[in-house]
Amino acid sequence: MNILYFLIGCSVVMALIFLAAFVWSLRNGQQDDVVTPGMRVLFDDEIDGEGTDE
Amino acid sequence: MRTQKILDISICYHCGEEIAGTDRILDDKHFCCTGCLGVYQILSSNNLCAYYSYNPAPGKRSVSNAYFEYLDEPTIIKQLIDYQDDKSTIVTFYIPAIHCSSCIWLLEHLYKINPAIYNSRIDFLKKLVSISYQNKEISLRRLVETLVEIGYEPAINLQDVVKEKSHSVNKSLILKIAVAGFCMGNVMLFSFPEYFGLSSLESQFQTLFGWLNLTLSIPVVFYCGREYFVSAWNSLKHKHVNLDTPLALIIVVLFLRTTYAVVFNSGPGFADTLTGLVFLLLMGKWVKQRTYHHISFDRDYRSYFPIAVTTLIGGRQTPKAINELLIGDRLWIRNGELIPADSILMKGSAWLDMSFVTGETEPQEKVLGEIAYAGGRQMGEGIELEVVKLPSQSYLTGLWNKEHYSHDAKHHFNDRVAKYFTIAVFVIAFSAMGYWLSYGNSNKAWAAFTAVIIVACPCVLTLSTPFTLSAILSVFDKKGFYVKNTDVVEDMASCNSIVFDKTGTLTTTEQAKLTFTGTLGDEDHKLVASLLTNSSHPLSRQILKSLGYGSSYPISKYKEIPGKGISGQVCNRMVYAGNKSILPFDLKGDQQSGVHIVIDTAYKGTFIIEQQWREGLKELVSTLQHNFILTVLSGDTANDQEMLKKIFQKKAGINFEQSPHDKLKAILTKQKNGEKVMMIGDGLNDAGALKQSNFGIAITDNINNFTPGCDAILKGDSLTYLPNFHQLSKDGLKIISISFGIAIAYNCIGLYYAVQGTLYPLVAAVLMPISTITIISFTSIATRFFARKNNLL
Repeated sequence: MNILYFLIGCSVVMALIFLAAFVWSLRNGQQDDVVTPGMRVLFDDEIDGEGTDE
Repeated sequence: MRTQKILDISICYHCGEEIAGTDRILDDKHFCCTGCLGVYQILSSNNLCAYYSYNPAPGKRSVSNAYFEYLDEPTIIKQLIDYQDDKSTIVTFYIPAIHCSSCIWLLEHLYKINPAIYNSRIDFLKKLVSISYQNKEISLRRLVETLVEIGYEPAINLQDVVKEKSHSVNKSLILKIAVAGFCMGNVMLFSFPEYFGLSSLESQFQTLFGWLNLTLSIPVVFYCGREYFVSAWNSLKHKHVNLDTPLALIIVVLFLRTTYAVVFNSGPGFADTLTGLVFLLLMGKWVKQRTYHHISFDRDYRSYFPIAVTTLIGGRQTPKAINELLIGDRLWIRNGELIPADSILMKGSAWLDMSFVTGETEPQEKVLGEIAYAGGRQMGEGIELEVVKLPSQSYLTGLWNKEHYSHDAKHHFNDRVAKYFTIAVFVIAFSAMGYWLSYGNSNKAWAAFTAVIIVACPCVLTLSTPFTLSAILSVFDKKGFYVKNTDVVEDMASCNSIVFDKTGTLTTTEQAKLTFTGTLGDEDHKLVASLLTNSSHPLSRQILKSLGYGSSYPISKYKEIPGKGISGQVCNRMVYAGNKSILPFDLKGDQQSGVHIVIDTAYKGTFIIEQQWREGLKELVSTLQHNFILTVLSGDTANDQEMLKKIFQKKAGINFEQSPHDKLKAILTKQKNGEKVMMIGDGLNDAGALKQSNFGIAITDNINNFTPGCDAILKGDSLTYLPNFHQLSKDGLKIISISFGIAIAYNCIGLYYAVQGTLYPLVAAVLMPISTITIISFTSIATRFFARKNNLL
């Protein structure tokens, strides 16, 4: 049953990683605006043939 | 541009407005004006026509002819930008015109219009665009002008300079919730074996779980729960008890008991209850902090004023930041610009639209040497003024600097209850302890004392208020009524008197109704329109708009007599438009006001401009007058007195020609008489009254328009729901009281075990979430029920 000590440790470390990931995303501003990115993905790439700008 | 032709009904491809007059056609698309056409040309030449595919007619906003010289001034630039280095600059603008996905698409492709722009990012809800650009290649002014060209004029005003960082507060709360949630989840996990009973095999883990739980509760207490200690300490210092005091005490007791249990291995401890409690408390706080990103409630004159104004230094026009203006500076105010400081008119003829300051709809004329007050908007030619008072000390801004906004210390339900609650808890806790001590059982006495404090947690009480009120807020929100925060809902419920402003509140700000009595033939029509084209007077503009623009005849002998009217010779016929005194003969009959039209010697008729009353006003007033004392304070002249008397009952007070300060005084008098006043107004002229009233509602037809500082913003067409809104806010308080009753019932169950000193941690851990879930579901169901009852759902 001593393996449980290891597993408990793993679970806490995993949870800490997730917490750290959340804190990072929050500090990074990823949660600042949760509406616009959802609209942004719906834009098509330029389709008209006349050309790209470069 | 290939052809120009006249079309009867056609819609502009860019702005969607009906094309009146000349139609401009490009690529088989119709445009109403060169502005719209120009935008289309810019877009099409840069291959950005996909803009139109996301929304038809996206450019629903006319391009204004603002001046941006001030954006070349380094001192002003410095105040506006977020970041700058040798190469690039980042700046964030608030653009009120952002309203659809086309806007996002276009504004995020700015780099195609000007390669010097690296990238641009939009925050749709806040209507902010943040742009980074090469500062060597493009100036800030050019950047803003580019934005204006494509129809997105950024709102740059004085308040931008003072950027408030309310955002970070919210972020730290979310961080705390995350930590508390993390700790709670893990503590629950480690407590499960304890809940189900430990077999001999598992009991070797008991100590480990105990220490893990204790470790996890340390950040919860000292990081997440810190505010409660601070708040409790502050209130104790001021010798009064708020709801945070018992909460802080409970957190301390839970933590101490858990530590004791773990260190002396005497039981599982209360770590699960502790972490759960803090998590729920923070959730309640978060629900309460819900804000509207797109609406600002704390706007004052600074968001109405521009950031800079053109000054004349040695005859040369130089832009200057408004907060750097000095007494004696010469200002140059163009048509449509705002006078930022009280000043004396030095040159030119001033027609000032003072509607924001006084509520007066007709523009005032000022002669040389007269004082023009800040807040007036010049209509007509450019004028020169000399500053006599600093912008921050003007007549208008004095409304905000007044010190007498003395609201009584607000006593909300929670604060009132907190005192009795805390006393009751202590009485029970000490008597339980005393009881067990009298039997000499000091262990049990200690256990009972702490258990009572744990069980009698006002957690439910602190949660029911934010959950109920925020549910009410979201009901209001759907009906176009945006309330600043949850606290003020209680203020709204307590109101028993309503004060209305007239212009813009009881009447719509949209086009006033224009009626013409008399007959005007097609040819006469054209003659009058030709005459009016030459006048910049707002009345002429309004009539001209109703006549429709068209090709006009040349005019000679044009004469404009301020305050009287205009006359001129069109096609060899004399045309007169104005009030009685400009006409070549006396008018018979009782036609007094309005714009009279006379061609040669024949009286043709009169244009009468009437204010349009809001729909359903009569019904609204007749519902309200049963429960409220109604008053109307109008800044306007007494023209509409008869009409208002018909709508309002006799006992309602109707006062005209009220200055902003008079309105403020009226509110103060009412409050002295013990009335709880709800003020409903719009413009800056109501700002003082809105601020002083117990609950100030700013009414607007467009949420993005300027609204003065207030407690709530109401969409014009939702005004008829006002009695329902008020009733729901009252019902909300009822819901809170009932949930308090439910909480007490739960507490009694817990207390039954607690006073006996037999509160097992499991009971506490189960009781708390159950009571919380009951309360949250009760409040949301009850709110929906009452909202339905009040026809708001």
